[in-house]
Amino acid sequence: MNDKLDMAIDGINVQGRKGQTVLEVCRENGIKVPTLCYHPNMPPYGGCRLCIVEIENMRGLPPSCTTPATNGMKVSTHTERLARVRKTVLELLLAYGDHNCIVCEKNGECELQSLVYEHGIETVRFKTDYAPKTIDESSSMIVRDHNKCVLCGRCVRGCLSVQVNGVIDIAARGSDSYITTFDNSPLKDSNCVFCGECVAACPTGALSYKQSRFKGRAWEINKVPTTCVYCGVGCQLELNVKDGQVIKVTSNPALPGPNHGSLCVKGRFGMDFIHHPERLKTPLIKKHGKLTEASWDEALGLVAEKFGKIKAESGPDSLAVFSSARCTNEENYLLSKLARTAIGTNNVDHCARL
Amino acid sequence: MTNSIEELETSDVILLTGSNTQEMHPVISTFIKRGVVSGKTKLIVVDPRRIDLVDFAAVWLRQKPGSDVAWLNGMMNVIISEGLYDKKYVEQRTEDFDALAKAVASYTPQRVEEISGIPAADLIDAARLYAAAPAAAIAYAMGITQHINGTDAVKSVANLAMLCGNIGIESGGVNPLRGQNNVQGACDMGCLPNVLTAYQNVTVPEVREKFAKYWGVDRIPEKPGLTIVEIINAATTGQVKGLYVVGENPMISDPDLHHVKEGLQRLDFLVVQDIFLTETAALADVVLPASSFAEKEGTFSNTERRVQRVRKAVEPPGQARPDWEIICDISSRLGYAMKYPNAEAVFDEMTGITPSYAGMSYERLDKGGLQWPCPTKDHPGTRYLHKDKFVRGKGKFHAIEWIPPAELPDAEYPFLLTTGRVLFQYHTGTMTRRSEGLNGCAPECFVEVNREDAARLGLANGEMVKVTSRRGSLFAKAQIGEVMDLGMVFLPFHYSEAPANNLTIAALDPQAKIPEYKICAVKLEKGAGAGA
Repeated sequence: MNDKLDMAIDGINVQGRKGQTVLEVCRENGIKVPTLCYHPNMPPYGGCRLCIVEIENMRGLPPSCTTPATNGMKVSTHTERLARVRKTVLELLLAYGDHNCIVCEKNGECELQSLVYEHGIETVRFKTDYAPKTIDESSSMIVRDHNKCVLCGRCVRGCLSVQVNGVIDIAARGSDSYITTFDNSPLKDSNCVFCGECVAACPTGALSYKQSRFKGRAWEINKVPTTCVYCGVGCQLELNVKDGQVIKVTSNPALPGPNHGSLCVKGRFGMDFIHHPERLKTPLIKKHGKLTEASWDEALGLVAEKFGKIKAESGPDSLAVFSSARCTNEENYLLSKLARTAIGTNNVDHCARL
Repeated sequence: MTNSIEELETSDVILLTGSNTQEMHPVISTFIKRGVVSGKTKLIVVDPRRIDLVDFAAVWLRQKPGSDVAWLNGMMNVIISEGLYDKKYVEQRTEDFDALAKAVASYTPQRVEEISGIPAADLIDAARLYAAAPAAAIAYAMGITQHINGTDAVKSVANLAMLCGNIGIESGGVNPLRGQNNVQGACDMGCLPNVLTAYQNVTVPEVREKFAKYWGVDRIPEKPGLTIVEIINAATTGQVKGLYVVGENPMISDPDLHHVKEGLQRLDFLVVQDIFLTETAALADVVLPASSFAEKEGTFSNTERRVQRVRKAVEPPGQARPDWEIICDISSRLGYAMKYPNAEAVFDEMTGITPSYAGMSYERLDKGGLQWPCPTKDHPGTRYLHKDKFVRGKGKFHAIEWIPPAELPDAEYPFLLTTGRVLFQYHTGTMTRRSEGLNGCAPECFVEVNREDAARLGLANGEMVKVTSRRGSLFAKAQIGEVMDLGMVFLPFHYSEAPANNLTIAALDPQAKIPEYKICAVKLEKGAGAGA
C-alpha cells in the first residue's frame, strides 16, 4: 500500500503520509509554522488562526492544523500576506488581555511572547474597552489568570482528551469567552483532580503553579529528568532546580516513559517533602529514652556493635532487615546482599504485601 | 504486569477489579479512559465500591468483598459451559484444563449470586463480553490480593486469562498495578525471604553456590526467612532481637498496629533509616538520616517491569547520606566489606548475577527505560511476557475453591470495613502529609458510609463517628454517599492520628503472607467522644 504523499512546501519538495495534516507534514520536514492552539497530543482545534497557510488552488487562508495533506499540494507558509494576518491576530490577542511579561511565570518560555517577538510587534494598533478579568487563586496548586488567556483551548482539550476528566470548558462567545468549570465554581470547589495537564498545556502564563510563583524563571532553572517516587507507574518528570532547591515539577512529552508526558497531582504537586524542615539531618541515638543527635561514626559504630553482639549470641536468624519499596534497585540489591552475607540470614522483606 | 501500560489503550476489553485506578494510578486510568472514549475498549469493573471508573464501564459487577474466587470461577463456568473459551490456546499452551473445568463446574451463576451478590444475568453478560474479545486485559490491585485467599484469587485471574488465550498477546494479559514506585524492583532485587535477585530461589543449592561465589562468602543461608508480618510476630516472642528498617513505616502500614508496636518495643535493638522521623523511627534505638529520590543516583523498576533512571538533582540536607552508602558502611562494619565508587558500580555488579537485567546499563537506560527480561546488551527489552511460550513451558491451570473471609460482620460488629488509599495521600503519608497542596485537599481521615446506613444511624455528612473493631477504634468524619454498598464502610489508612490499621486484622494468606486489609468487622457509633 502506497500511502506516501508528494508535496511542495515553500518551493521545497517534501514527503508526507496519508492521514497527516499539512501542519504535521511541515513539522516532520522541519518547516516551522507558527501555532498557538495546536498541541501534538491533542485533537486539532483550528482556533488560533496562526498556522494559516496559502495552498495553490484553495481559497482563503486555511489553518494547516486542520487541513488534510493531499498528493501534489503546493503550500506556502511564510508569505507577506500570511505575516500580515498573523500580526493582526497577535495584536488582537494582546489587545484583549493583560500580558505583563515582567512578573509573568511564563516569561522566557511563553509561546505568545515568542510569537510576538518573532513578528516584531512593538505596538498594538487596536484600542479596546478591555476590562481586567478575575484571577482564580482558590487552589493551593494552580492559579488561573484569565487576563493572560488566549482561548487556545489547550487546557480544555488536555483535560478532556488526554486526561479524560472534562472539568473545564469554554463558556460564552466571541471576546466574552472564558474558560470555566461546571457552574463557574472556583477551581478548588470544582471536581478538578489537579493533575496539572492544563498547566503543562498552557502556552502562556494563564495557568501557573501557585507554590513556585516568583521562585525562579525559565532561564534560571535546571531541569533534571528523573522517575517519580510515588506509585508504581514510573512517570518520567523533570525536577526544576534553582539554587539547590527543587522549586517545581514539570512534565515533558519528549521524555521516553510510560506516562507519555502526563502526570498526576502527586507527581506534579507533591514534592515539597524534599525540602521540608522536618527532614532528618543528623544521626540520632536513643539515650535515656530520648533520641539525641550523634555523629555518623558513633551511630554506625553502635549499630555494628549491637547487631554483632545479637548475631554472636543468638545467631544470624535473630536479626532481620526491612528493605524499602521506596529505595532504588541498587539499594535493595545491597540490602539483600547485606542480609545474606554480612548478617547471614534470609530474614529480609519489604512492604510489597501492604 | 505481563503487558505494558500503553497497551491498555488498545485492549478490546479490560476487566478491572480491586483497583480504584483513577485515584491510585491516575496516569494508568487515562490510558483506560481514552480507550473507552475512543470506542475501542469495553470496560468491565468488578468492585464493591462505586469507583469513578464505573462511569466508563460497560458492565459493573458489585461483588461482596471476599467473593473474588467465586465470581472468577463463575465467569469461567459460563465460558466453559457455553464453549466460549479459546480451545486452540488451551490445547497448545496450557495443562490441567480438566482439573479447572471440574473445579468451576459447581460455580454456576446462581450459586455465585448467592456467594457474591452479583446477579446471575450480569455475570453471564460479563463472561460473554470478556470471552468474545480478541484481546482482553485484566488489571487488578490490592483489592484482589489483600485477602486470606489473595494468592488463590490471583491464580483464578490467571486461569481466566489463559482460558481465553489472553496471555502472551498484545493488549491482553494479567496486569497487577503496583502501588509503590519500586516495589517491583525491591522484589526483583531479592528483598524477599525466599528468593535472591530475579526470583532465584534460595532453596536451590546451585543458586546458593552461584551467589556465594559471586559475593565471596562461604555460603548463603538455605532456610527461607520470615516475611514482614512474621518478623513482627517473631519480635513479639523474642525470637527476632535486632531489626534494620530502611524506608519503611510498619507503625502505619502494617495490620493490627498495637501488635506491631509491642513487637518493635520488645526488640533489643531497632535501627531505622529514613528521611523523616516516622512513627517507626520514633521507636528506634538508632535513626540514620537518608536521602530522598531527588538526592541520589539509581534506578526504579515500574509496574510494567520498566527499569528507569533516578537522577540526583539536589544535595541531601545536613549530614543525610544516600541509602546505598549507609548500607555499605554498615555491612563493612559488620565484617563484610562493601565499597563502590557510585551507584552505577552497584548496578553493574547486580546485572552480572541477575539474568533478566543482564543486558542493562546506565548508558542504555539514559536513552530511555528498558523492560525486563533484557538478557543481552543488544536485547530491546520485553514489551509483554509469555509470547509463544510460558517460562515454565505450559501454562498451568489451578483448581481453586472459594473460602470465606476471616472475619465477617456479626451482631456486635455489623459493618464490613475495607481500607485503601485516596488520590491526594500516599501510603503512610510521610511525604504527602508534608505537602501543602496534597494535604490541603485531603487533610483528615474520613469514613465512607452508605446513605441508607447513615440515615438509619442518624448520621449527618461530616459528623464525627467512632469506628471500632475487635482490635481498636478511631474517630473519623462520616462521608456519606453511594460509593459504599449497604453494610460496608471504607477507611483510608494514611492518617497516623486515626490509623485504620489499628482496626485491621492480621489474618494472613497462608502462601503470600499478605494481610486481609480489605475485610474486617466494625461497629459505628455516632458522636461518641466527638472531638477526640
